Amino acid sequence: MNMDDAVRTFAAESRELLEEMEAALLTLEQSPEDSDLINAIFRAAHTIKGSSGVFGFEAVEAFTHVAENLLDRLRAGRLGVSAELIALLLACRDHIALLVEAAVVDEPLDGAGQAHGETLLTQLRGLLDGGSAPTSAAPAAAASETASETADSWSLKMNFQPELLQHGFDPLSLLRYLSGMGELVSVQRTGVLPPLAELDPELCYWGIDLTLAAEGLTRQALESAVEFFQEGGEIAIQPQPRAVELAPVASEPAVAPVATRAEAAPEGGSQRPPGWRTSGGKSIRVDAQKLDQLINLVGELVISGATTNLQAQRLGDERLLESMSGMSRLVEEIRDSALRLRMVQIGETFNRFQRVVRDTAAELGKAITLSVTGAETELDKTVVEKIGDPLMHLVRNAMDHGIESPEERVAAGKPSHARLGLNAYHDSGSIVIEVSDDGYGLDHRRILAKARERGLVGPNQQLSHAEIERLIFEPGFSTASQVTNLSGRGVGMDVVKRNIEALRGTVEVDTTPGRGTVFTIRLPLTLAIIDGFLVGVGHSSYVIPLDMVQECIEVTEEVRGETMSDARYINLRGEVLPFLRLNELFDEQRRDLTRENIVVVQYAGAKAGLVVEELLGEFQTVIKPLGPIFAQLRGVSGATILGTGEVAVILDVPQLVQAAAGQAGVSHNATVH
Amino acid sequence: MTELMAQERFEQAESHALPIGAGERKVLTFTIGRESFALVIDGIKEIIEYSGVTRVPMTPAHLRGVINLRGSVVPVVDLAIWLGRPGSSVGRRTCIVVVEVEHGDEITDIGLVVDAVTEVLDIDAADITPAPSFGTTIASEFIAGMGRVKGRFVVILHPQRVLDIQALGRF
Repeated sequence: MNMDDAVRTFAAESRELLEEMEAALLTLEQSPEDSDLINAIFRAAHTIKGSSGVFGFEAVEAFTHVAENLLDRLRAGRLGVSAELIALLLACRDHIALLVEAAVVDEPLDGAGQAHGETLLTQLRGLLDGGSAPTSAAPAAAASETASETADSWSLKMNFQPELLQHGFDPLSLLRYLSGMGELVSVQRTGVLPPLAELDPELCYWGIDLTLAAEGLTRQALESAVEFFQEGGEIAIQPQPRAVELAPVASEPAVAPVATRAEAAPEGGSQRPPGWRTSGGKSIRVDAQKLDQLINLVGELVISGATTNLQAQRLGDERLLESMSGMSRLVEEIRDSALRLRMVQIGETFNRFQRVVRDTAAELGKAITLSVTGAETELDKTVVEKIGDPLMHLVRNAMDHGIESPEERVAAGKPSHARLGLNAYHDSGSIVIEVSDDGYGLDHRRILAKARERGLVGPNQQLSHAEIERLIFEPGFSTASQVTNLSGRGVGMDVVKRNIEALRGTVEVDTTPGRGTVFTIRLPLTLAIIDGFLVGVGHSSYVIPLDMVQECIEVTEEVRGETMSDARYINLRGEVLPFLRLNELFDEQRRDLTRENIVVVQYAGAKAGLVVEELLGEFQTVIKPLGPIFAQLRGVSGATILGTGEVAVILDVPQLVQAAAGQAGVSHNATVH
Repeated sequence: MTELMAQERFEQAESHALPIGAGERKVLTFTIGRESFALVIDGIKEIIEYSGVTRVPMTPAHLRGVINLRGSVVPVVDLAIWLGRPGSSVGRRTCIVVVEVEHGDEITDIGLVVDAVTEVLDIDAADITPAPSFGTTIASEFIAGMGRVKGRFVVILHPQRVLDIQALGRF
């Protein structure tokens, strides 16, 4: 592991810890009695402090250290949880995050950032000093008594784990740190190097005995200085005796007597002290790139499996076919588990909004509670990464424009506390994410007036409610009469829509005036592989995502007879089913004039029929991007390679249907310049 | 930002305007209709037989479709139509020239349909003259220069302008 990798790991771990810290702080606000939460927050701060010390990120370490002291006091119950304290700790968390990012790129914080840090430190110290007064008066516990033990000279005996260096600890950084606390009177190496032939250069064979002189240095200060290293070995701290050697006070297991450990540590590397981090967890960290590579390979396997299957069918050998079908099943399972590796729960993304909602609501002077449901719903990591921004926009928009002020709410007979909901669930091969609020709802009249003003809609054009609601996704559309710093510049909804469509998804809005608004986002579960349904149109084959296929109907004389020649719908068991002739849309010469089939597709509650010539069956297919040349093409979501080696185009059913609706001249799209 | 990048690309393109450089340049010559064209060989990856092109629906005529190139889907451009000449039917010698094209930070492959590949030639800078302002069968912006080969002229195509992904994908 080189240094860059180590720093990257540090950054990733710190970000994770900071996220945990934030979540714990927000929960703590609701349940201030929960000591597990306080411990979790303390641990997070402590680990960040420790590892930033190892990397020599002094700014992070110094700031976190002060915050940690406060947390320690909170942990000891000497400080009560209050809204102000949570707010301060949240601000500290943000500042630590800032410091970590700055340290990772090796750039100092700008002036404003530093000033903010100073303000926070002053606040922290104010609380610390205020809280420390009773401590000295109160009868402290034995442990804290030893902690406050003071001496002018201390002896430190350090015995490190052999794996110390491999775990990224650097004893030199500790020495450097200690030399800043006082004068290093003596530094002695202990331990024995093995003969050169047996020496493993990655192991640490030495320990360090040192004497540190500093006036009035407390044990607590020393302990917290070496605390992080106690995970990498044993460190015994004793005041330097003037005359007689005193037995060390074993107040905590970490400060174990020297004698017992001194021999054990150098040889018995496997024997770990209680504080050592164990790696036997429930999960392991894997480079996302490795996963992507695996999934690509599985994709190739799927294609080559399809090819082999085709060959086997051509040969018609019974036994070969049988073993092929067994293998196909396995390939399918491998594909599914490989994809599942990249599946993550959406909860983590949702939880980030707790903080956003809390802060934004305070800023806007509104009382808003975020309720999250379906947090355990899983989707592909690549999708999760890209959905954050559109969601953020929808959430902020809902808080800013959707939700009324408490007074307005009360006047309208609603509870003053507004509810903002984030919900996720799976529905026919898609993940559905809903952002709902119980605010004003969309004002149809205002939207229509605005759209007329902008020339998006003709003055006499009549639109249905759904069409009016869809107008908010038009570029440059915003009804907010006031531009706020949150949203309302009219660059938003169309960007949201475009971002979501780039993920092969859709966004819809549904509103009840006075009751609230629901934005519904539908996204594919994965961007890599889908189950496809292959159809023949003219001389080409096309793939329709199987999740959308409801049924297939053969167009018989009977069906045809019911339909007027010009109309584009049939009677499907009493329902009107509009259909599209793919051969006309795609400008394909029909090869077979006698046979026609209708594939009934369903998407987001609406049904449509696609007229094709041949039904070629279902198969699993790897989505290959069509490349930047086809970026502007609507109605096609990608391509796939068939068992024969030929390329087939994957249809984007919602876009196709939308395009057809636009052509029929009923949509507002026709009037958009 | 985008403008700036476009400007940069344009300037890059300018610097390639005449593939003169030091002495000789290797070019691939091919025919479209009865005219000879040449493309600097640097970006050319391979030349394959024309087969297995899948049409992509709802696209303009200069996009022939896509092929499977060892597992990747590669778009195929009908060079004749793109250069503004009548399209030709697929014959025995019809080939796809696969070239690498830079697009933003990415490098993508594009296949170019040509009627026949002739040969790989060294053209000396001294044998290249600027394109005439009129009289050629294709737009002069697509031409980097005219090369003289064995007493005949070949049209040396301007790679950046002919293979401009954004222009190709505008429809």
